[in-house]
Amino acid sequence: MDVRFRITADGTSLDETGLKFDLNDFDAWAVEAALRLKEKAGQGEVVAVSLGPDTAQETIRKALSMGADRGIHLKTARVPFDGFAIARALADELKGGSYDLILFGKMSPDSSNGVVGAIVAELLDLPCVTAISGLEINDSRGTARRDIEGAQETMEFPLPAVLTIDEGLNTARYPSLKGIMAAKKKPLEVKPIDLGDTAVNVQKLELPPERAAGKIIGEGAAAVPELIRLLQTEAKVI
Amino acid sequence: MANVFAYAEARAGALRKVALETVTAARKLADQTGGEVHALLVGAPGISTSAEQLGKHGADVVLVCEHDAFAQYNPEASAALAAERIKSGGFRAALFATSAQGRDLAPRVAAKCGVGIVTDVTAVDLAADTVIVKHPINIGKVIATVAITSTPAIVALRPNIFTPEPSAKAGRVENIQPMGDPSASRVVVKELKTGGGGKLDLAEAPVIVAGGRGLKAAENFKLVEELADAFGNAAVGATRAVTDDGWRPHSDQIGQTGRLVSPELYIAVGISGAVQHLAGMRTSKTIVAINKDKEAPIFKVADYGIVGDVFEVVPALTAAVREARKGH
Ligand SMILES: Cc1cc2nc3c(=O)[nH]c(=O)nc-3n(C[C@H](O)[C@H](O)[C@H](O)COP(=O)(O)OP(=O)(O)OC[C@H]3O[C@@H](n4cnc5c(N)ncnc54)[C@H](O)[C@@H]3O)c2cc1C
Ligand SMILES: Nc1ncnc2c1ncn2[C@@H]1O[C@H](COP(=O)(O)O)[C@@H](O)[C@H]1O
Repeated sequence: MDVRFRITADGTSLDETGLKFDLNDFDAWAVEAALRLKEKAGQGEVVAVSLGPDTAQETIRKALSMGADRGIHLKTARVPFDGFAIARALADELKGGSYDLILFGKMSPDSSNGVVGAIVAELLDLPCVTAISGLEINDSRGTARRDIEGAQETMEFPLPAVLTIDEGLNTARYPSLKGIMAAKKKPLEVKPIDLGDTAVNVQKLELPPERAAGKIIGEGAAAVPELIRLLQTEAKVI
Repeated sequence: MANVFAYAEARAGALRKVALETVTAARKLADQTGGEVHALLVGAPGISTSAEQLGKHGADVVLVCEHDAFAQYNPEASAALAAERIKSGGFRAALFATSAQGRDLAPRVAAKCGVGIVTDVTAVDLAADTVIVKHPINIGKVIATVAITSTPAIVALRPNIFTPEPSAKAGRVENIQPMGDPSASRVVVKELKTGGGGKLDLAEAPVIVAGGRGLKAAENFKLVEELADAFGNAAVGATRAVTDDGWRPHSDQIGQTGRLVSPELYIAVGISGAVQHLAGMRTSKTIVAINKDKEAPIFKVADYGIVGDVFEVVPALTAAVREARKGH
């Protein structure tokens, strides 16, 4: 879906009218990974946690309809841009939970920052592997694969651990009708929290400069000499 | 007189190009604060030979930590060392690259220092002693100007935006010790598999030739590879349609859920130009598109479009690029 973003009059936030608060892809893969581990183990519990205003509950319900057991909504007036502030609040909630694994998306498209998972890991002093596209868990140890520039890194770590999920790990299931109905009855605890001061704040939002309108320079192989000329003289890349 | 910290990224014994970008950006910031650039370089014994390069690009001091346990990326020990240095004080900002390593390391360091962080930054500046950065959000559809008021501010720079520039400084080498025992890290790299020797990476290549489903089959990607070879400095990318079909590895995927790239020249071969693909490459300086459908959305962003069959146009282009680059 191509969403066109509108910026509010004060220029520091996005107009959310009509936007849908779905689980983003990376987080859907994280929920899927958790469900598969629970299914393989034949026991355990999957908890979905989200911080934000009431719209966060739509996101949690989606995870519940996929199969998560319960949800926790850390209720704030807004989602701050400060990833450290978000991570601090999540870590406070997670620290007593004796989780074997805490899974995050590699990055939320909203912030496009990709920091919350690793910060939570540090605050809880847990081992962490980021942006993984392969995972194996055996008892209390795990092996994860991550794609890096032109190579693949395989990392080993002990549990409990924090992982952030990249594309390629799995394909997320669609919630069944039964799952959607069941999700309505699953427990969703709402906890109002205070985020405290934030050190990273948006001053201004702008739409990116439009690229100059595209130009078709010709058809077929006959256009190649003109392309070479433009790349040499105009774009100066050859 | 605040200083600026720069993490000089290395892998497998060699400096990465992003290390020079990071030091160059740190130099510009330090020229505004009137302070020094302190670069941190960690690696296996021998990595200190790369320190000179950092001095040439603007580092006043190069902190070098050599240890066998740094032969591979060692996230916990690297974070502990960087955080310790940064906390020792005097830094207005600490710069990293938004590479696989920098993305992993920078938030760990921010957490250890308890300070603010922004990644994938395309511009960094100082205004009345506050670090101000530009950062694309919502997969590039909106550009945020963000103020980081913590000291220091942790900033991870988008690769290929801050061009390395020579600026000779002392580059005084200080050998430093790791924090604790770096061999005792809980998270350890067991294997590093490099794909196809010596090929340029997407993040570092000035030219990217990317192929889409228009190529029809995995084996036809050799057309794309030959065009990349003709440039001599090009990497090969792909769309999700292609990586989903297994024609190329996922690490080649460009777009919303793949890599974000901004090369000098991006050549889209048989790519329709879906929004999710454009999200990863629309900041490229020059875009060329070859597609047989003149209505394909890729032509809306292409500086130079050729309507035609890839099987006819690409070999002709490869030959012409070879000809134009003769003698290089
Ligand atoms: C949540 C989500 C995330 C996504 N993330 C990404 C992402 O990160 N990256 C990404 O790339 N996609 C992503 N996609 C997929 C994206 O929507 C498109 O499906 C994909 O980019 C299309 O790839 P393509 O251009 O190779 O294939 P197509 O759309 O099938 O286009 C093929 C093109 O080739 C042309 N063609 C065919 N034959 C020839 C010929 N002989 N000569 C010349 N031209 C020819 C056709 O005219 C057509 O324009 C995502 C989708 C979703 C829903
Ligand atoms: N408000 C939030 N509530 C719950 N999880 C979050 C929140 N913000 C970020 N995360 C998690 O952290 C990941 C990375 O987010 P970010 O650092 O903002 O890119 C996301 O994919 C989520 O898994």
